[in-house]
Amino acid sequence: MSLIRITGLSRHYVMGTEVIHALRGVSVAIERGEYIAIMGPSGSGKSTLMNLLGCLDTPSQGVYELNGLNVADMDDNQLAEIRNREIGFVFQSFNLMARSDALHNVELPLVYAGVPPAERRERALEALRQVALADRVHHRPNELSGGQRQRVAVARALVNRPSIILADEPTGNLDSRTGTEILALFDQLSRNGNTIIVVTHEEDVAQHARRILRIRDGLIAADEVNQPHHRAEAPPRLPPVLTPPPIIS
Amino acid sequence: MRYADEIREAVVIAVGALRSNKLRAGLTTLGIVIGIVTVTLMATAIDGLNRAFQRSISMIGADVLFIQRFSWFTGREEWAKTRNRRELTLAQAREVARLSTLARAVGVEAHGSADVRYGNRSARAVWVVGNSEDSALVRGVSLTEGRWLSAAEVQGARPVCVIGSDLAARFFPLESSLGKRIRVGRSLCEVVGVLEKQGQFFTGANLDNQVVIPITRFTTDLVRWPDVTIAVKVWDTTRMEAAKDELTGILRQLRRVPPGMPDDFAINQQEMLVRNFNQIGGSLALVGLFITGLSLFVGGIGVMNIMYVSVAERTREIGVRKAIGAKRRNILTQFLVEAVFISLGAGLVGLAVAWPMTWVIDYFLAARMSIPTALAALLVAAVTGIVSGFLPAWRAARLNPVDALRSE
Ligand SMILES: Nc1ncnc2c1ncn2[C@@H]1O[C@H](COP(=O)(O)OP(=O)(O)OP(=O)(O)O)[C@@H](O)[C@H]1O
Ligand SMILES: [Mg+2]
Repeated sequence: MSLIRITGLSRHYVMGTEVIHALRGVSVAIERGEYIAIMGPSGSGKSTLMNLLGCLDTPSQGVYELNGLNVADMDDNQLAEIRNREIGFVFQSFNLMARSDALHNVELPLVYAGVPPAERRERALEALRQVALADRVHHRPNELSGGQRQRVAVARALVNRPSIILADEPTGNLDSRTGTEILALFDQLSRNGNTIIVVTHEEDVAQHARRILRIRDGLIAADEVNQPHHRAEAPPRLPPVLTPPPIIS
Repeated sequence: MRYADEIREAVVIAVGALRSNKLRAGLTTLGIVIGIVTVTLMATAIDGLNRAFQRSISMIGADVLFIQRFSWFTGREEWAKTRNRRELTLAQAREVARLSTLARAVGVEAHGSADVRYGNRSARAVWVVGNSEDSALVRGVSLTEGRWLSAAEVQGARPVCVIGSDLAARFFPLESSLGKRIRVGRSLCEVVGVLEKQGQFFTGANLDNQVVIPITRFTTDLVRWPDVTIAVKVWDTTRMEAAKDELTGILRQLRRVPPGMPDDFAINQQEMLVRNFNQIGGSLALVGLFITGLSLFVGGIGVMNIMYVSVAERTREIGVRKAIGAKRRNILTQFLVEAVFISLGAGLVGLAVAWPMTWVIDYFLAARMSIPTALAALLVAAVTGIVSGFLPAWRAARLNPVDALRSE
């Protein structure tokens, strides 16, 4: 059974008398552990698709099955639970809570999951360690660099051990070097077995994925297998935990 | 446990949000502050009134029936019918005392006023009470000095008197009042006793500025045919109705009221006052409730307004929270808690403002802001917060996650 199976998914927006077809019947299956990039020109419907996959939005037509369950059958509370447990979001503009420190930001999904405080704290610290921010737990977003903020966001996406990590232009607000840092983080997460879907319009970013979906005018134009390659001249500066263990021969 | 955790999270968010908007939150809560001030003052005043009344009414005694010409509560048309009733007489009082089996003591009482003098000191228009020997028991008075009027003194219309504590203090500040002869109206009366301090009646009359003289003396010196009240203390308070019936029978016979004709006297008791007061108190409270309700309503609208602004400003935050798993209930709780916090804060400020103002009421009514009143005011504030915060919070809770995330 596929982790995600969408069939004939479409989404249109009615604006006055005009109907905008953002998605026009997309069908795709995504397996557990895949690392997928969604590419396409601006306005092609990438974010629309992402929002549907993330259960933030409901399709106009078509079927979306997540873990074999039809999302259309779920009510508001069940969808909230799905977003909480199954999906981890990483946004282009980080979307952290400005008044809370890194730790509390990462704890938030666990608060909504009803995890008791002690366990919550422990798991949030663990997630922050995974993104190499153990020394910044009590910093607020405005006391962190852009890259660090996005790492907090990634930790928040990870903390409830979701089935899928959805990232809509996660490097869009970062300079190329910090962007690479985040991508290295994704590579690591992917190696650890996480399912990752990244929306981007940078070919460099897409090259990290093993499958690329190209979208044009609300339709999938191409579904390619990709051989990820890292250019040798720009090795990502990885924090220690993320560095693959040295191979001892 | 889980819900407590959720509330705690909501509190943290609310405090953070309010801290970053102190001035705005402060200004919009002004309405609630005023509302809470009115609630508190109103409650304190009503409370004071109640207590003043209870204190006064207990002086009347729940076990005493007052046989008088008129009912305490006579309507205008009744007044026309009853105003020609014959006076009650001392002889009738004596007969009542002799015939009644349910009466423990029968006192006679008449009221007038006279100037009182001693040497070069004088007091104008002092309240003069004509009493009999048993009136002490009926009235439940206690004395700090001396004794009450004796049967012989009442019988013989002796020129003796018992004076109130204020008069005693005024005329004899340094010496004992006993044995002094003060002028009450036309005659010189020897002081045989001093009453314990009683304070004011709720009508404002000073009970410590009174002179008690034998009723027989009262009729010769002050008023020839006074409106006598026969005050009957009943043995058993559970048999007040039976006592009333018995007294009615005795009096109808004494006053020769033909069968079938209505009584030409009235039997009054404390309970009537209580009932009447509760009626007035009830409508007073209702009016108070309405006025405070009005100001709280205005305050509530202020809170609602600010909560709509808060929701609009934080639409994106709501979107993010929903994206990471917040349910409608979580968002609703978050904004309700914020509204309650604003209102509770306003409630506290309101109490702080109202407190010194209750001292002013205290000056007239001996009222204090009580703990229950303060707690009730805070509860009212919290409820106002919940009610006025509900619509904005509900709107926030129902936001569609994508739309919320896209805002800004
Ligand atoms: N809420 C909305 N109301 C109306 N039209 C919308 C709405 N959201 C998206 N659209 C339209 O749907 C189309 C697809 O939008 P979408 O955001 O998915 O594009 P995108 O591929 O993510 O573009 P970009 O690369 O610029 O982010 C666009 O034409 C957009 O104008
Ligand atoms: Mg987009």
